[in-house]
Amino acid sequence: MSNLYELTAHELADKLAKKEVSSAEICENQFKRIDEVEGDVEGYITVLHDEAMAKAKEIDTKRAAGERLSPLAGIPIAVKDNICTKDIKTTCASHMLYNFVPPYNATVSEKISDLVIIGKTNMDEFAMGSSTENSYFKKTKNPYNLGCVPGGSSGGSAAVVSADEAIIALGSDTGGSIRQPASFCGVVGFKPTYGRVSRFGLVAFASSLDQIGPFTKDVEDCALLLNQITGHDVKDSTSLNVPDEDFTQYLNADIKGMKIGIPKEYMGEGISEEVRNAVLSAAKLYESMGAEVEQCSLPMTPYALAAYYMISSAEASSNLARYDGIRFGFRAKDCKDLEDVYFKTRSEGFGKEVKRRIMLGTFVLSSGYYDAYYKKAQQVRTLIREDFGKAFEKYDLLLAPTAPDTAWKFGEKSADPVQMYAADICTVSLNIAGLPGMSFPFALDKNGLPIGVQLIGKAMHDGDIIRAGYALEKNSAYTKTKPQLGGAN
Amino acid sequence: MSITIKEIEHLAKLARLNLSDEEKERLTGEMSGILDFAHKLNELDVSDISPTMHVGADSNVFREDVARESYPTSEILRNAAEADEGCFLVPKTVE
Amino acid sequence: MKYETVIGLEIHAELATNTKIYCSCANEFGGEENTRCCPVCIGLPGVLPVLNKKVVEYCIKAGLAMNCEISHFSKQDRKNYFYPDLPKAYQISQFDLPICKNGYVPIETKNGTKNIGLTRIHIEEDAGKLMHAEFGDYSRVDYNRGGVPLIEIVSEPDMSSPEEALAFLESVRAILKCVGVSDCKMQEGSLRCDINLSIRPEGQKEFGIRSEHKNVNSFSAAYRAMQYEEKRQKAVLDAGGVIEQETRRWDDVKGVSTIMRTKEEAQDYRYFPEPDLMPVIISDEWVEEIRKTLPELPKEKFARYTGELGLSDYDAGLLSGNTGLANLFDSSIENGAGAKESANWILGDISKELNERNMEADDIPFDGAALAELIALIGKGTISGTIAKKVLPVMFEENKKPSVIVEEKGLVQITDEGAIKKIVEEVIAANPQAVSDFKVGKKQAMGFLTGQIMRASKGKANPAAVNKLLSEILPTL
Repeated sequence: MSNLYELTAHELADKLAKKEVSSAEICENQFKRIDEVEGDVEGYITVLHDEAMAKAKEIDTKRAAGERLSPLAGIPIAVKDNICTKDIKTTCASHMLYNFVPPYNATVSEKISDLVIIGKTNMDEFAMGSSTENSYFKKTKNPYNLGCVPGGSSGGSAAVVSADEAIIALGSDTGGSIRQPASFCGVVGFKPTYGRVSRFGLVAFASSLDQIGPFTKDVEDCALLLNQITGHDVKDSTSLNVPDEDFTQYLNADIKGMKIGIPKEYMGEGISEEVRNAVLSAAKLYESMGAEVEQCSLPMTPYALAAYYMISSAEASSNLARYDGIRFGFRAKDCKDLEDVYFKTRSEGFGKEVKRRIMLGTFVLSSGYYDAYYKKAQQVRTLIREDFGKAFEKYDLLLAPTAPDTAWKFGEKSADPVQMYAADICTVSLNIAGLPGMSFPFALDKNGLPIGVQLIGKAMHDGDIIRAGYALEKNSAYTKTKPQLGGAN
Repeated sequence: MSITIKEIEHLAKLARLNLSDEEKERLTGEMSGILDFAHKLNELDVSDISPTMHVGADSNVFREDVARESYPTSEILRNAAEADEGCFLVPKTVE
Repeated sequence: MKYETVIGLEIHAELATNTKIYCSCANEFGGEENTRCCPVCIGLPGVLPVLNKKVVEYCIKAGLAMNCEISHFSKQDRKNYFYPDLPKAYQISQFDLPICKNGYVPIETKNGTKNIGLTRIHIEEDAGKLMHAEFGDYSRVDYNRGGVPLIEIVSEPDMSSPEEALAFLESVRAILKCVGVSDCKMQEGSLRCDINLSIRPEGQKEFGIRSEHKNVNSFSAAYRAMQYEEKRQKAVLDAGGVIEQETRRWDDVKGVSTIMRTKEEAQDYRYFPEPDLMPVIISDEWVEEIRKTLPELPKEKFARYTGELGLSDYDAGLLSGNTGLANLFDSSIENGAGAKESANWILGDISKELNERNMEADDIPFDGAALAELIALIGKGTISGTIAKKVLPVMFEENKKPSVIVEEKGLVQITDEGAIKKIVEEVIAANPQAVSDFKVGKKQAMGFLTGQIMRASKGKANPAAVNKLLSEILPTL
């Protein structure tokens, strides 16, 4: 008999509906788990024990009274700490927002209002980073190996789902920040088509790239959570005005006849052999299920990383200009004049990586350089979108690695930013093009670290990814392992 | 592309960041490296390509001109480090 | 050395919408600080803007009224700079694709009509208010005004004198008010202007270096600032110096301008397209829909007043240049009053009342029907012109028709010759000296007697009748 915290959301929802268990019991059990392993994993910035238990009891009462509740009502969910939760501290893992309590809810926070938010998860500061090492508060560990990074920037959300410290979680993805940590931590991570999930209340990093998405233990949970959070929002002008979709309709493994391409530029030298093998293995599996899989090409791939860093830093430098200590957040002490307030607050409030990106972004937008850098990057962006457009004329789905390698050890990666940024090479193109993508936990490397494979879909065809992911899940020889927490390096 | 310390200082001023000498040097090196890497984009001929401003195709996303209740002042000021009598406070500006 | 002046103006007008440009907070003036704010307009982490449709409509409307081309494709951009009154540290504005382009506003100069070109009109958000405390080390920030919608009207450098610039300002204000997109109350800050002024030797084609004066907030202050700057620049050039490209601040109290920012300190705004807002595509149909809602514009009124209605250019100019007065005038005529009489009353006694009461024409508490009635009462002989002048102030103060006021206060004119004759005879009898004066040829004695008669009748005697009777009786004495 497994612990409640080991189950999936759909399994728990089932038990709740059958009155086999209450939400309060589930949450109690969840917090027990958190007590056991959070000391090792350190996935949470804020754990909301009292608030969660109160909410759980409230949902139980509503359920008993026969009130209408959402399918995931009463299920424990963790939320990345860059998503505003009303009256609950939202820090973006930054000194700058160490005490910021939003007076309003993000739209997604409203949409999960009958779930139980059990905590706000750790991340790279302002979502800038690929390892969660850039957090002001703490370093989150990979549950599969506590000496390794969980990935980033949504490392906390990935780790807590992986460690069963949450049933499901929300993260955000600007250049791979959901998919890559999902791959590193062995969970499902999904970045929806740009505009399918409202960004209202998501603390902005790069406005034209950011999307909120789910971390789950399996594909069915992913579909359920997508149902919960997607939808047009009048408060977000970039939100797509399309009818709501029920993603559970794609929970069939029927991919016969699906045309799947593996872009060769994603399978080159920089990708580890084990990762490549995992992708090829998934390809074989798809073929055995009746899909047509072949190599294809996305010639613009080599340019995506540069375009991504130009565009994301530029937008970030502007989005982060509001952090000045005047209306909210950290404010430096002993400021003798206004300039001091600005300079000291921002210098003391921001970490190293954030400052680097702000400087880069300021440069890219500055007088004399705008055309050569920002405008050029946006033009290349058009080419990248066209590149994908051509590929999707032929293919229904693309299959690729999520990351060039598995989780690295703390301190292993060099301090050279260009090298660090190269870790994003498999993921950034999707944000550039606004396309949906999922990392599915397909294998383990020889050291027992998870390898995710990436499914890339056409814009608005998030459902096809669910279907293809479900197919892998139902047919793969890889059974979901759980990390052995408490184990050594 | 090599960026000079003077340019770094100018950017820091634009971004309202104080940088130590060590930081200035480090950033000069790092940014030069990143921009060199960015030069890869020059391999492409983009002269006829329009820049992507939005990945979505929507236009005319509007709101009707109907007033809604504003937030109480207490909520507006609640996160301010320095506020008094209904206003945010900043050191007196010269202008 | 003779110089010619070149002036360009940037006018910021607050739009009279119900809500702010990017959020649904009310767009009103005044009120306690920080009571019309929300997370969006104070720029909290995570918030996003949503464009108020009315703002676009009003901008198009203003553009059409000022002969602009309306852009088919338009977008918003971020203008990045740090200042406490700007919560996001960027202002959402329009950089290279404004909603309106290439218009003009006609002004009257001593050499006839001159069209002042407009480069563009675009939409943007206003900043909050930074208030410098008298005492203490702090300034206070109020974001009520943050997010109020503005249109920025940029003129070509077509004005050659402070007089022309003033005429331009007045024309623009008249148009904006007439069209109803802004209430243009400079004292409430809903109309501000920046002045760009340079001088060059007469005949030279190239422009001289210009200085900029920001946020001058009354037309008369603008006029004074321009006069000062003309003189200042001439003095600098005459002394062999060079004009620096500077941003200056005009102190209307001291009557001088001081340097705010030099060229070196000029801001790099790092404009880029606003990723949180989608483009604005304006169809021809939408433009035509809006064009249909345009009221008669000041210059059209001017043409009608001088043409059909035969008013002088001067009178027509004053009326058409002020929406409140023009509305009253048109309404008065619609209610049957004559054009000349209506114009005389409006530009004469009514304007005097407005001045004394420190009121705007829009706030006149009676309508054209009431004015027409007043004029009709004179026409019918019910009251004299003099009495009517007494009725007018009462119309300002009490919500009553003129006929009612006349009744209540017993101001009906005495026209009965018999009654008047009685008063005339009484006054003559009471003033023998005046009669003797008249007899020896002192003509002013008649005026004196007329005055006494009017006094005795409490102003109600019909002056024409008085005059007739006096002229008949006096010579017989």
